[in-house]
Amino acid sequence: MHIVVCIKQVPDSAQIRVHPVTNTIMRQGVPAIVNPYDLFALEEALRLKDKFGGKVTMLCMGPPQAEDALKKCISFGADDAVLVTDRSFAGADTLATSYALAAAVRQISKEQKVDIVFTGKQTIDGDTAQVGPGIAKRLGLQLLTYVSRIADLDLENDTITVERRAEGGVQVLKTAVPCLITMLEGTNEMRFAPLENMIHAARYPVRKWNKEAAGIEDVTKIGLKGSPTVVSKVFGPTPRAEKALMQSVDDATPRDVALNVIQKIFTQHPTLERDILAKASV
Amino acid sequence: MSDAEVKKPAARGGRNLELPEHLKAYKGVWVFIEHDRGEAHSVSWELLGEGRKLADTLGVSLSGVIMGGPDEPLDTIAREAYTFGAENCYIVRDPVLKGYRNEPFTKGMTDLVNKYQPEIVLLGATTMGRDLAGSVATTLATGLTADCTELRIDPATRALAATRPTFGGSLLCTIMTLAYRPQMATVRPRVMRMPDADPARSGSIVEDTLGMIETDIVTKLLDFIADENSNKVNLAYADIIVSGGKGLKTPDNFKLIWDLAKVLGAEVGATRPVVQSGWVDAERQVGQTGKTVRPKLYIAAGISGAIQHRVGMEGADVIVAINTDANAPIFDFAHHGIVGNAMQVLPVLTDTFREHIAMRSRKAA
Repeated sequence: MHIVVCIKQVPDSAQIRVHPVTNTIMRQGVPAIVNPYDLFALEEALRLKDKFGGKVTMLCMGPPQAEDALKKCISFGADDAVLVTDRSFAGADTLATSYALAAAVRQISKEQKVDIVFTGKQTIDGDTAQVGPGIAKRLGLQLLTYVSRIADLDLENDTITVERRAEGGVQVLKTAVPCLITMLEGTNEMRFAPLENMIHAARYPVRKWNKEAAGIEDVTKIGLKGSPTVVSKVFGPTPRAEKALMQSVDDATPRDVALNVIQKIFTQHPTLERDILAKASV
Repeated sequence: MSDAEVKKPAARGGRNLELPEHLKAYKGVWVFIEHDRGEAHSVSWELLGEGRKLADTLGVSLSGVIMGGPDEPLDTIAREAYTFGAENCYIVRDPVLKGYRNEPFTKGMTDLVNKYQPEIVLLGATTMGRDLAGSVATTLATGLTADCTELRIDPATRALAATRPTFGGSLLCTIMTLAYRPQMATVRPRVMRMPDADPARSGSIVEDTLGMIETDIVTKLLDFIADENSNKVNLAYADIIVSGGKGLKTPDNFKLIWDLAKVLGAEVGATRPVVQSGWVDAERQVGQTGKTVRPKLYIAAGISGAIQHRVGMEGADVIVAINTDANAPIFDFAHHGIVGNAMQVLPVLTDTFREHIAMRSRKAA
């Protein structure tokens, strides 16, 4: 069995700071990590490999330094890694990204037929959840999003049964392999990388493909040119027109501050007080 | 560097930002109406409210798209859609559309778009809406903007200007699809205000067929296991929410949030860092990657007010913020600000609320 896991290297968003005056992202010193949602996809792929044997190939599109993210995945137990990297990919939105990644999956499949493509549910920097469905549509793969459990994989008959998180419940879906699965977070726990794997990963020769190597045929479909969406403005939040009524415990006792706030809220919103009283009397 | 002068997107990479002539025929605003077990999802009505404004600005019609099985109440849902502002509904009724599956729904939506050519298509950012939107946008090769917090029409281009948080919720960006149609966007539940229903409104139905049979479809829906509702936290629809952030310092201090919530009959919310630290369950997270809430009262203690949190709760009627830092961003959009240590203020606020409620209840009795 051959599984491809698509990942993205992202800035650790918990550590992103925005310049208070210029509203630009201050990237210095922000560590780059494997998109945390993708690790659930990788772990699930590794579990299938543990059970059925086969090979897990990592795939990432990004700048040359995204190699580090792929090496991290090698240390967890992935077998091979491909970084699709080319200046002409710059500025790609989700449609252009899925075009490039789909082409790369096709190339990987020429080496060894791919049975399952995994992605995370979404990335933490873009949060769109659009690239997984995009790759599936471009490759004509059955799409299974928000998968919480793989209930059954039957390689004899090329079928897979999964549980999928839906609104108000869980769908049990059975489909054919090959397919693309976006894995829900919290569904498994990433294993630890043993020391020998880490040493192996550090030396692992990640394969770097430019657009030709990735089999990109139509250069109008990649990068900025291939992106229908245009970012017209990036900006910081605006304060509310009406300033907050401010009080400080430096100027009054906490008790007075509390009394004051409660009185103001309930005077301005008498229905709110009625609601709270109604609940309290129940 | 000469690079600095090249700022306009139009000038970069020879990219076409003009709408081609053949796409100018695309007219009208559509909302995909999601339904489950006979009930429409409220996000669809929220989107109709927003879609109505966009359609009025453009001077075009607003339509709902309803797909489902022959035994589902699609006409009833259409009638309800009229009360929220739709002028007509496209209905695709087919046994294979009973229960959501990507393949038939993608075909249904894509065929409708190609046939009737709307300029804007809006979907709820639910597990169904996001699954469908990503597939339809790729099939149609057009632009899709996820999880928008504001939708407007750009006066200069008449294009949809969709605003969403970016960079992990630290900034906002406005995105437009200029040279492609339709312009697609998803919006999370509760982000937009629920419009008032007007029972006097009516509309018309256009029925279409899917042209797919069950044997064409590879994926089979074997079962649907409904969630048990008993212990579910219903944060999105709570009237009062007391939320805590990392300013509370320890999980032990977070108990002060539960104390106040109990007195007010409120739900407990939290920021992403609090959830990531495991102080409360993920289902209590408020913000861009958690729940969007619209309570009547939102009390935020030890929360700085980063955009990623703000977009999830700024629709609250009254926001009370407690923070030691008088310059914390949360005071830019709170209605009442208390500068002070939450560990000190919360217990006093809890006692004062309790006394106030006791006193008023006695008076009422």
